[in-house]
Amino acid sequence: MRLDELTRPDFPILERVVNGHPLVYLDSAASSQRPRTVIEAMSQYYARSHANVHRSIHTLGEEATELYEAARDRVQRFIGAQHREEVIFTRGTTDGLGLLAETIGRTLRAGDEVLITELEHHSNIVPWQLATRDRGAVLKAVPLGDDGTLDLEAFERLLTRRTRVVAFAHVSNVLGTINPVARMCARARQAGAFSVVDGAQAAPHLSLDMGALDCDFYAFSAHKMLGPTGIGVLYGRREVLEALEPGRGGSEMIKEVWIDRAQWNDLPWRFEPGTPPIAEAVGLSAAIEYLEKLGMDAVAEHERALTRQTLEGLAAIPGVRVYGPPASEARGAVVAFSVEGLHPHDVAALLDAEGIAVRAGHHCAMPLMRRLGVVGTSRASFSVFNSPEEVRHLLAAVGELRTAL
Amino acid sequence: MSATQAARGPYSDVIRERWRRPRFRGELPGAGAVAEDVNPLCGDRVRLMLALEGERVSAARFVGDSCAICAASADVLAELVVGRSRAEALRVEAADLLAVLQADIRPTRMRCVTLPLSVLATALNGKR
Repeated sequence: MRLDELTRPDFPILERVVNGHPLVYLDSAASSQRPRTVIEAMSQYYARSHANVHRSIHTLGEEATELYEAARDRVQRFIGAQHREEVIFTRGTTDGLGLLAETIGRTLRAGDEVLITELEHHSNIVPWQLATRDRGAVLKAVPLGDDGTLDLEAFERLLTRRTRVVAFAHVSNVLGTINPVARMCARARQAGAFSVVDGAQAAPHLSLDMGALDCDFYAFSAHKMLGPTGIGVLYGRREVLEALEPGRGGSEMIKEVWIDRAQWNDLPWRFEPGTPPIAEAVGLSAAIEYLEKLGMDAVAEHERALTRQTLEGLAAIPGVRVYGPPASEARGAVVAFSVEGLHPHDVAALLDAEGIAVRAGHHCAMPLMRRLGVVGTSRASFSVFNSPEEVRHLLAAVGELRTAL
Repeated sequence: MSATQAARGPYSDVIRERWRRPRFRGELPGAGAVAEDVNPLCGDRVRLMLALEGERVSAARFVGDSCAICAASADVLAELVVGRSRAEALRVEAADLLAVLQADIRPTRMRCVTLPLSVLATALNGKR
């Protein structure tokens, strides 16, 4: 049985009719949909077990704590982290990257360098601008080759003894490019720099193994991987986390507080100030359970087939241009494209009239748009519930677009 | 999917017509009031050029890289302001544009309609 045939009944939102057409949801790279098990796990938690975690000495507090910490254990297994205290819950990828930029940012000195890339999401650009700006540190970017992959020779040249952080996406949210994470992280370490990986577009689609990637940090969001909004994960290698001073203060992250100082809590709570997103952790846990039942290899294979079908189909339509590495290359589950003579927002609005949801605009990657020489693109992206029939529907609709306005 | 079906959503006949055959798109050499702005959400860019005879707008043109709604809105705005005084031109509102465009514009696309208005305000140094 195909993965979409297996999963579609689990997603209540797919019953929606949009503008007179059955919903074709091709915007999971922005935010995926949720299976019933995730929605129910969260309602069940609120209906039965909610209380604050860690400091409530009563039955509900203990249940909530148990569920929250069990979610951490599940994330640890899912991403192949060696220790549970390497899993920090955040509000999402942006929050995780921001936390790092603030925390590492305090240790930057004038002349230090942070190395990002031209294909980053704004979330992996702007926090580093803020972190470097006030400390006299320098932000540099690895350029992109014309084939949509990073110029790794330039990366080698830009990586120097001054480089303190190398921050880059595992998978580009526009081009679908899969960067050589293990190789880049190894080089960063040799140069004495922290490696920070934005995994927002990888975690929903690829089998992850922190041991194999051997990065210092890896951030991702639940809501792109069938889980709820409002929670994400920041993985940090234990030795590195232990050496870092927390960048954000509050309850939960301390052991003892005096008026003029505080003693930090143990990992991972040291980096989790305030009441965490508890119901969201329960939802994320249910989402991971769902993905694990399907098997991440099966998920990757299914989405790869849809991506290839889309790339090949779109490339055959006159006036349509697709971006990123060719269909023969390993790619993430996104396809950015443009239609000659049409603004991306008009493309999205016209497809919406057919019930097809795609993203349009700069995809929070303006430097990349500038590099591609476009104001924006339209983007179709896939999840476990998308079908080859939906892709055919998209291709037919895109084929009609040039005469639609 | 026929062309008519495809043009549902926000695309009225007026928007389609103005997008395909704009009446006021183009340069206006020697324009006395010029402004340009961009919508950070989508990258729409509109440049409005106005010729003034005294206090009266005698000609208007726009150029830009934008979606059909924004381009149609700019085209309609250019038409509406020609012949008006500076103060009258500044009184044109989104509702006036929508009345001509005859389109059902959702809040997410309303900035596409109003971007030319803020460009006009800048060009005429007025405040809206």
